[in-house]
Amino acid sequence: MADALLSPAVGGAMGLVAATAVAWCSRRVRRDGDDRLVPLMGVLGAFLFAAQMINFSIPGTGSSGHLGGGLLLAILLGPQAAFLVVASVLIVQALFFADGGLLALGCNIFNLGFLPVFVGYPLYRAIAGESAAPVRLSAAAMIGAIVSLQLGAIAVVAQTVASGISALPLETFALFMLPIHLAIGIVEGLVTAAIVSFVRTARPALLERKSRAVGSVAGPALGFVAAALVLMGVAAAGLASARPDGLEWSIARTTNAALAPVSSPYTQSPVAGLVGGTLALALACLVGLALKARSDRH
Amino acid sequence: MSAPAILGSLLDFRRLDQIATGDSTVHRLDARAKVLVTLVFILCVMSCGRYEVARLLPFFAFPIVVVASAGIPASVVWRQSLLVLPVALLVGLPNPIFDRAALLQVDGLAISGGWVSMLSIVLRSLLAAAASVVLVAVTGFPAICGALERLGMPRPLAVQLLFLYRYLGVLGAEALRMNSAYELRSNGHALTLRHFGSLTGRLLLRTWERAERVYLAMCARGFTGEFTSGRPTRFGAAEWLYLGGWCALFILLRTQDLVARLGAAVLGGLR
Repeated sequence: MADALLSPAVGGAMGLVAATAVAWCSRRVRRDGDDRLVPLMGVLGAFLFAAQMINFSIPGTGSSGHLGGGLLLAILLGPQAAFLVVASVLIVQALFFADGGLLALGCNIFNLGFLPVFVGYPLYRAIAGESAAPVRLSAAAMIGAIVSLQLGAIAVVAQTVASGISALPLETFALFMLPIHLAIGIVEGLVTAAIVSFVRTARPALLERKSRAVGSVAGPALGFVAAALVLMGVAAAGLASARPDGLEWSIARTTNAALAPVSSPYTQSPVAGLVGGTLALALACLVGLALKARSDRH
Repeated sequence: MSAPAILGSLLDFRRLDQIATGDSTVHRLDARAKVLVTLVFILCVMSCGRYEVARLLPFFAFPIVVVASAGIPASVVWRQSLLVLPVALLVGLPNPIFDRAALLQVDGLAISGGWVSMLSIVLRSLLAAAASVVLVAVTGFPAICGALERLGMPRPLAVQLLFLYRYLGVLGAEALRMNSAYELRSNGHALTLRHFGSLTGRLLLRTWERAERVYLAMCARGFTGEFTSGRPTRFGAAEWLYLGGWCALFILLRTQDLVARLGAAVLGGLR
């Protein structure tokens, strides 16, 4: 999810949901107080970070596809800790690599963190149960990953539509997103299953302690999803009523009509803006050089 | 991104942490002020309209001035900020394709809105990346985590951010070791997929073991989740000045169309 597709209202609403989820998970993690979880969370976060750098961009939507890893983390760490790890990786990516952006951070934490951990993981547990049969585990991982990613894709489409900024028609967008995320889901399911079975043979102790009662997260999880839907609906409704011309604007865009000068953001000549901007930039550089010369002399 | 590129960017990141131990007026400020200023900066930049290009240019003053006055090497900051370009270009690429309605007329040449918004996206990403890199360079990541916690982030998440950062370095070092070991034993053959799978699995386990040893060593030396950076953390007059001054400038640049007025004044004067 990129900043460019998001309106401040939807971004803020999702940010609120994400922040609440972070607070709730933090409280649970602190209460459970499993000290040995801390280094594992850090390591898995580092791994996830490296894995997510392999970005394959989906043309036309402004989104990029990469392995989410939320399901895998939930299997290895338990849902609350996994959510925090995903959130931390997304925060670092948004802050230091401008990947996604701060406005989209709430959406990303919800789509890539909340959905796989609190919807995909319970599904995985329901299918896999306590069995160690590799086929069953792989099937569970595949289904969990595919469902998480499809829900994530639907969420992105919903957030884009609610924002009302994108020029991309809804049907085209959905037609792009869903099949691609199906493919990504299959890959992620396979990778998750492979890593889980590897850990199970090499380090079974890692998986034993994670017997988080899935029932205890179902209630709050449903609550968060409902809250997210309500908030997004309110944001979208608010936008629609306040700016009816937003709709005409998007219709004009998709039919490739030329913009009337009145709706142009340039109230003055664009040349003046560019001249002023370049001058300001040059001024800033001069100030910078002067400061540098002063600090070099000390 | 290729593996050497990833490792290269990680190493640059550690270089930023080294630079953060410098001593200048900016370095000595409380981390919270610097974090808040960066957040306001990013908010102001990101909230600009999708077709704003000229209005974004003066925002470059922030990273330029801070880099200059803190005495940090501009080349490192610049290189790290440029990392964002490929992603920004990919995100912006659909715009010229889908947004072809003419927006500007410059000397009879019609420029479509798509190109303008793409340029805007690239500039925006550069600005956000530069601000973040500068923040790490003058503050250091541990101090940033501490500041975020004092500004309201829950401690488990702040601790996780810190460990994520530390273990990225551990992971990188282990991966390099494994890579050279494989190269020495593989007699010039390229890495096969099967070997890659098992190497990654071993990397995970080995990094985890090492991380656990590091964590236990930290606990043995008294780590309880607090963040210390060795600098006094008072939020005094200098911090208020820094915060107020920069935020006022950003909000002014964001809300008033100063650049257009400056440009019009200059053009009017030239006529």
